[in-house]
Amino acid sequence: MENFVISILVTNRSGVLTRVSSMFTRRGFNIDTLTVGETESPEFSRITVTHRGDKAVCEQIVKQLEKMYDVQKVQVMQRDTTVARELLLIKVKHFSEQRQDIMSIADVFRAKIIDFSQQALVIELQGATSKINAFIELLKPYGILEMCRTGLVALERGGNCLKD
Amino acid sequence: MKLKGAQIIIETLIEQGAKTVFGYPGGQVIDIYDALYLAKDRINHIITAHEQGASHAADGFARASGEVGVVIATSGPGATNLVTGIATAYLDSVPLVAITGNVPNSLIGRDSFQEVDITGVTLPITKHNFFVRNIEELAPTIREAFRIAKSGRPGPVLVDIPKDVQQAIYEYEAAPVVEKDPIPEVDMDAVAEAAKMINASEKPYIYIGGGAITDNAGSEIAALADKIDAPIGCTMMGISAVPTSNPRWLGMEGMHGHYASSIAQNEADLIITAGCRFSDRGTGNVSKYARNAKIIHIDIDASELNKNIKANLGLTGSIKKVFAALCDAVEERKLPQWNARIDELKAYTEDLERQGDVITPFTAIDAIMETAENAGEDIIVATDVGQHQMWAAQRFDFKTPRTFISSGGLGTMGFGMGAAIGASTATGKKTVLITGDGSFGMNLNELATAVTNQSPVVIFVMNNGVLGMVRQWQTLFFDKHYSNTTLQRKTDFIKVAEAFGLPAFRVGNIPGLTCSSNCGDCSNMDSCIGTLDELKAVLKKAFEVKGPVLIDCTIDCDAFVLPMLPPGGSIDDIIVDPTSND
Repeated sequence: MENFVISILVTNRSGVLTRVSSMFTRRGFNIDTLTVGETESPEFSRITVTHRGDKAVCEQIVKQLEKMYDVQKVQVMQRDTTVARELLLIKVKHFSEQRQDIMSIADVFRAKIIDFSQQALVIELQGATSKINAFIELLKPYGILEMCRTGLVALERGGNCLKD
Repeated sequence: MKLKGAQIIIETLIEQGAKTVFGYPGGQVIDIYDALYLAKDRINHIITAHEQGASHAADGFARASGEVGVVIATSGPGATNLVTGIATAYLDSVPLVAITGNVPNSLIGRDSFQEVDITGVTLPITKHNFFVRNIEELAPTIREAFRIAKSGRPGPVLVDIPKDVQQAIYEYEAAPVVEKDPIPEVDMDAVAEAAKMINASEKPYIYIGGGAITDNAGSEIAALADKIDAPIGCTMMGISAVPTSNPRWLGMEGMHGHYASSIAQNEADLIITAGCRFSDRGTGNVSKYARNAKIIHIDIDASELNKNIKANLGLTGSIKKVFAALCDAVEERKLPQWNARIDELKAYTEDLERQGDVITPFTAIDAIMETAENAGEDIIVATDVGQHQMWAAQRFDFKTPRTFISSGGLGTMGFGMGAAIGASTATGKKTVLITGDGSFGMNLNELATAVTNQSPVVIFVMNNGVLGMVRQWQTLFFDKHYSNTTLQRKTDFIKVAEAFGLPAFRVGNIPGLTCSSNCGDCSNMDSCIGTLDELKAVLKKAFEVKGPVLIDCTIDCDAFVLPMLPPGGSIDDIIVDPTSND
């Protein structure tokens, strides 16, 4: 099992996300995370999928994606030449005596506290998946009320672009 | 020229070469039917009894002609009735354009009368589909649908058009027939690599699927087989790609393949596969499939390579061109040992398939071929799905490609009537529909279409009073629990034919109808089966009929399709004689 980050440039049209995600479902390919958003050109959207599996399955995913009408380009991102980030918003329960502990954990991770109330803190953290996982682990003992993650977005380092 | 959207649809269909389209009118396509009325001297429309029949007819039309089939249906139930037909075409890579009407844009999403999200429904069974939001997109979208349907690996494309778009007025200018996408150049390095593997092989086996027919690659395949002294086997979809009379032809392999074809494939040290997806019906248990062989896989669809079977060498491209290149690149070989083994297998297969002079599925097919030959008819064979389909696939001789029309991937019972009408419409040739009492019962409403259009279709019902294929499984794997497969219906197909207005003949007693015993419990079914002479006399008369004609012929409910590789089994489990316990 390996982790793959697949970047998909698609036509920015309604229904495209359904088409792409339903292909994963119907062929039994798992999706760990999926993000989608407009690109520098409003004609295109960029989907980033992370997938855990065999290389052969990943190759099959790429080929199936490449067949799709709305898919312009597919690239499996190479770990060492890729910058990848995700965003976490996490709400932690706190009692006054724990506040400092939580805030120093946030400090170490360079996370931001974006909401502060009597009952809870909302913290924002961006970074690589492993960093976010570690952060969540550290906050667990304090009581995580709720959280959401965006899933990974990724770009290739240097001047090369997906659309090229 | 300014036209109504509905007229633009019809003009675009005509411009893209559609001469005959199939369909059924309804509320959200009235405008399209009005446009058809206005253009009736330039485009032929065949109305079927049911939209499903129309979808299969368009499919049969496309399979027999190689052109894009077109089907039109209204919104809601009209559109959903196409679903089985579209899925059938998708699984067999048939170029089809389905046009559906939908409620006006203003009513979309409100669960309006006869509103269905048909692009959503058909998402996983179309190569692509479109919802045409506005009139500007209309003609370009239909052209795009044709391009997608016929390019590369063909497939169905659905275009859903809301009523207000059909009614809007817009400028239309005729465009040329869209070209297929260019095929990638042959990768000569890969060809050289493949040639090396072929040259090193002592037991090569060429294995072709439906892609060989799509690409019309029969002569290139036969030429390579000759040069490297290899036999040719095929999937069910590959039947008719190479003439059956070719001495290298072993025919269908797999679950119900010929013994020689399946065994030779298993013994081969190299399988050169083209235009086939290594379906489970062909391979059985993949972990035990062709254990001794290296595999070269050639397909126009790159995603087929390494999908079901890992190939030692994969080649994306035109089968015709790759085989031609391979033929130039390989050494001429003589493989006497391998061919002696093949001959031995063929002889054994012939023994297995030898028939007496009573009516069996095989002798019935032989009699049909003989009658067609005598009548000077170059027939097309269409089938439904079940035992009769496998018997037809095993037994019929085919001279030219696109003469065997059968639902392979989806295995759609009820496919045959529509498909036969479509195939005969496309070619003008007499089309023999081999069907069973089960499959025929599913869509026999299309007899109405065949009669109205005087389609030259000989409907041959192999009537055993049971759902034979499932019964065969129940006999072999379910302890003879004949759950819901003994039909014992009182349906009289002769009277059915009479009611629809076509001549019909009966050979034998129909179990449960003209025979008092119930088939399935009857120990003496032989008494229900007619004689070969009777059958031949009936066939002769039937072939003299210009339009549709039906023959209801009793066959033994316990006739098996053999050999059989049990589902999920391998060649080691091949069943040749089900009465033996070995």
